[in-house]
Amino acid sequence: MAGIAVSTTINGDAVEYLCQPDETLLDVLRDRLGLTGAKEGCGTGDCGACSVIVDGRLVCSCLVLGAEAEGRKVETIEGMAHGDQLHPLQQKFLEHAALQCGICTPGFLIAAKDLLEKNPSPTEEEIRFGLAGNLCRCTGYDKIVRAVQDAANVMKGA
Amino acid sequence: MRYIRPLSIEDAVGELAKAVGPAAILAGGSDLLVRMKGGFIEPELIVDIKAIGGLADIAETADGFRIGAAVPCAVLGENKALRKAWPGVVEAANLIGSKQVQGRCTITGNLCNASPAADSVPALVAAAAQAVVAGPSGKRTIAVEAVPTGPGRTSLAKGEMIEAILLDKRPEHAGDAYLRFIPRTEMDIAVVSAGVNLTLDEKGAIKTARVALGAAAPTVLLVEEAGQVLIGSKLDEETLERLAKICAGACRPIDDKRGTIEFRRKVAGVLAQRAATTAYKRAGGK
Ligand SMILES: Cc1cc2nc3c(=O)[nH]c(=O)nc-3n(C[C@H](O)[C@H](O)[C@H](O)COP(=O)(O)OP(=O)(O)OC[C@H]3O[C@@H](n4cnc5c(N)ncnc54)[C@H](O)[C@@H]3O)c2cc1C
Ligand code: FES
Ligand code: FES
Repeated sequence: MAGIAVSTTINGDAVEYLCQPDETLLDVLRDRLGLTGAKEGCGTGDCGACSVIVDGRLVCSCLVLGAEAEGRKVETIEGMAHGDQLHPLQQKFLEHAALQCGICTPGFLIAAKDLLEKNPSPTEEEIRFGLAGNLCRCTGYDKIVRAVQDAANVMKGA
Repeated sequence: MRYIRPLSIEDAVGELAKAVGPAAILAGGSDLLVRMKGGFIEPELIVDIKAIGGLADIAETADGFRIGAAVPCAVLGENKALRKAWPGVVEAANLIGSKQVQGRCTITGNLCNASPAADSVPALVAAAAQAVVAGPSGKRTIAVEAVPTGPGRTSLAKGEMIEAILLDKRPEHAGDAYLRFIPRTEMDIAVVSAGVNLTLDEKGAIKTARVALGAAAPTVLLVEEAGQVLIGSKLDEETLERLAKICAGACRPIDDKRGTIEFRRKVAGVLAQRAATTAYKRAGGK
């Protein structure tokens, strides 16, 4: 089966792939392009582990078809660090031990990045509401919230 | 399965009309993809409507607002003029799902998915919103409450799609509000909900009123009697009591794990009272 030819931009790079009509963007990223940072927790939009940014909007890549990425700009966790230079959110997640198993982490980082881009000084409540679409089975969320608060302070200073 | 992304309404409607097997319209996909993955539907044709010109825009017209069928709910929340004119509709739309879901979900998809618990629908019904339906034989404009006919069913015929939702221009002294009850604070399905839309006269007495309840019957309920009882009042205690009683009586809810019939009736009344109070304040009533 040939599939649909898609031309898109992922983390600033022009990318072309073929995909089946019922294949999700998450499947394409992971299985066709080897970008395995985004995770499949539920496949139904509930957990946020598959979060990516498409044309500036945070979305669940498990609920986007691969074909829909045509002509769009996709940002994934793989584009978050610059070489060896971690994004402040990544650095603060490490410092605050805001992860245990790490399955939810790429999704939280992408969602937190989107949150801070739209609201550079969120309150704790705004962070908790803003990240309500991301589930974590391990941390109890507190350390994640602290890491995001700390990263927000660093990023404002920068 | 085939996936197409038509550039015009005519092409979309043409493809839908001539589709042989089951066809599905794709807006944000937050219901459609979940249902496809669950095996509840297996469309042979998916018509992605997001590339159709004008469908991704909110236009302010002489008559009010025209919200294209591909506008994600997050964009409704970012539109200041819409938020000012129809805060209840926008707060209802922005309750749907998470930030991730907001980036994709549409009010038209919410309406056409035809869940009795759809959050934006009671607010749209209270707002007397209309849907512009395009089909093989042209266009027609219908009240939004005429779209869902039962859980998961709509009145749209084969080949038809909604191209936009229309909201009227607001007169002075107007306000609307939407409230839902969920056991959590976010990311949950309404156990019961209420939308209220009011206009007031110069003296602050209610001139027109529409009250709609969600998750209280197989489709969203427009409770005309509840609107009637508000007219002429300034939302005194007695009027609010009568409002709650009428709403509780109008519900035809089900018993399920999310709530009992008795609970849903009681809460429908309370939410209608609170939504009415907020709408009244937003309209400038004291
Ligand atoms: C994690 C999660 C949380 C959610 N939380 C909520 C919630 O809190 N409240 C709530 O109400 N819903 C919720 N939903 C359900 C869903 O997000 C909403 O119903 C949403 O508004 C659907 O819009 P959509 O654009 O994604 O629709 P789609 O999935 O694209 O379409 C939904 C249905 O409508 C049809 N359709 C779409 N557009 C048109 C059109 N223009 N003309 C005719 N038919 C059309 C489609 O064919 C499909 O049958 C949630 C879903 C998820 C995955
Ligand atoms: S895998 Fe996409 S939200 Fe869970
Ligand atoms: S660290 Fe394990 S799910 Fe969040």
